[in-house]
Amino acid sequence: MMVAQATDGRVVQRPLSPHLQVYRWPPTMLGSILNRMTGTAISIGTLLLVWWLAAAAAGPGPFAKVQRFLASPVGLILLFGWTASLFYHFYAGIRHLAWDAVIGFDQKTLNPVTYIILGLTAASTVIVFVVGFLVRAG
Amino acid sequence: MSHAQGERAAEIAVRRSLLGRVRGLGAAHAGVEHWRAERVTAYALIPLTVWFVIAVLALAGADQPAIAHWIGRPWNAVLLLALVVMTFHHTQLGMQVIYEDYLHTKWQQNLAIFATKAACLLLGLLGSLSILRIALGRIG
Repeated sequence: MMVAQATDGRVVQRPLSPHLQVYRWPPTMLGSILNRMTGTAISIGTLLLVWWLAAAAAGPGPFAKVQRFLASPVGLILLFGWTASLFYHFYAGIRHLAWDAVIGFDQKTLNPVTYIILGLTAASTVIVFVVGFLVRAG
Repeated sequence: MSHAQGERAAEIAVRRSLLGRVRGLGAAHAGVEHWRAERVTAYALIPLTVWFVIAVLALAGADQPAIAHWIGRPWNAVLLLALVVMTFHHTQLGMQVIYEDYLHTKWQQNLAIFATKAACLLLGLLGSLSILRIALGRIG
């Protein structure tokens, strides 16, 4: 029950309609909020891109600093999160563009594609990190 | 409905100026420009992102001279500039929508949008300048 005011000013109790947290999250809801969260994450991640570019222009010293940071545990975690966010936003963004053309915008397609996007994100992120380490080692 | 009533309804329906209707201005007092720019930058970012991820992977662990050499090649510099411009344009458009949805105090919303746009402009210019410094440093 929630406390509310009737039109004559009396304080009354009214039943509260079920709110966000009592529902089982449908995959589409997760997919939607993840698109915004990953978008925000890569927005902050652009700092890394600009730092990388500015350091490359500044010379070997500053650039070595970026490389040391990216190879550190904190740097690797940030890079991993940024990569995963970028891939999620990439795949979910393509789905948004498909939705604009009314493709895949029906009950039967929405949930499975959400899982496919999550799977693609995980696979792409792992592949990029494995290949990245292999290239760096080789 | 009488003829007179019909005319009255039509009058209400076109209360918006004709120019406003042509430009697609609705109740939100804004047209489709924001939405459209978000899509256009998204389309541009699909190939640019794929190219950038593959390129950076191939460069993993490379030192500054090798990276600067790669950035300075004309097409790489051009595509990087396009990536930076499209990324920051898309970023400020997308973040603006998030603020408009979740920040309900007008001055906070305006401040967040302004700060984000300013940061995107400055970071975009810094990124672009860095690419140009490397690419143009080759001359002479």
